Amino acid sequence: MFRLDGKTALVTGASGGIGRAIAATLHAQGATVVLSGTREAVLQEQVKELGGERAFYVTANLSEAAEADALVGKAEEVAGAPLDILINNAGLTRDTLALRMKDQDWDQVLNVDLSSPFRLCRAALKGMLRRRAGRIVNIASVVGTTGNAGQANYSAAKAGMVGMSKSLAQEAGSRGVTVNVVAPGFIVTPMTDVLPEAQKEKLTSAIPLGRLGKPEDVASAVLYLCTEEAGWVTGSTLHVNGGMAMV
Amino acid sequence: MSEIADKVKKIVVEHLGVEESKVTPEASFIDDLGADSLDTVELVMAFEEAFNVEIPEDAAEKIATVKDAIDYIEKQKAA
Repeated sequence: MFRLDGKTALVTGASGGIGRAIAATLHAQGATVVLSGTREAVLQEQVKELGGERAFYVTANLSEAAEADALVGKAEEVAGAPLDILINNAGLTRDTLALRMKDQDWDQVLNVDLSSPFRLCRAALKGMLRRRAGRIVNIASVVGTTGNAGQANYSAAKAGMVGMSKSLAQEAGSRGVTVNVVAPGFIVTPMTDVLPEAQKEKLTSAIPLGRLGKPEDVASAVLYLCTEEAGWVTGSTLHVNGGMAMV
Repeated sequence: MSEIADKVKKIVVEHLGVEESKVTPEASFIDDLGADSLDTVELVMAFEEAFNVEIPEDAAEKIATVKDAIDYIEKQKAA
């Protein structure tokens, strides 16, 4: 069950905490993985950690439309195989209350967190539709559903991602290509390590399962949606949040 | 048959997996050749790529038959 032997997957934002876990999980299940990110040294290191086999990397700055457009092609080139799986995991935040949110904060987050995943989906779908197979998993966030003070830009982008995925799922369904969303809750990553202990405790108290999430919790959900076994699941959002928001 | 017509026919056969004999000028992609809306979009994109032309959305919507496609591309190429 849940093997990915012979499949090729592109994971964006692979140098981050969640992206790294997703890439490692797909790789462990037999997939060839192409890691994409901005930090070349980190990506190189990760390829090494994966044993060097069935693992490649491509650097890309997804705030540049042309780089996003070209990434799928480049990934297929380095892997030497057409893309079976696309994981849109790359994203960034520019948190601040709306009153102080600059146009630039809004535009940048919408661009990297919503427009660039769209560009990658568009590029990947072209081949997937023709080959009558493919899996796309977009990584959103619980705040796309619940909202969060200070994240008007990020939550809008993540909610947008859900609507986009549902539309793409309808467009691609007749070709056996699925498009789904995984919406993580509060996950422990280097990005969240910097939060004060008191705040982490408060967050934990709001989670029925009594702990913060691990990147692997997200990766397992992503894995499922990439498998043959998930072939009748599309347009859905799998919430992985410890029960913090039951939606 | 013109070179363009020949190439269009080839693309249609390849993309829709239909018999060459069925790809007559009057054949409708959807009614006669079993294409769905996604196929027609893929076909238009294949034409764009093969002939290096841009087919805008409103023009693409009017391309229903093999002849429509050939006529449109010939007109673009002549212009």
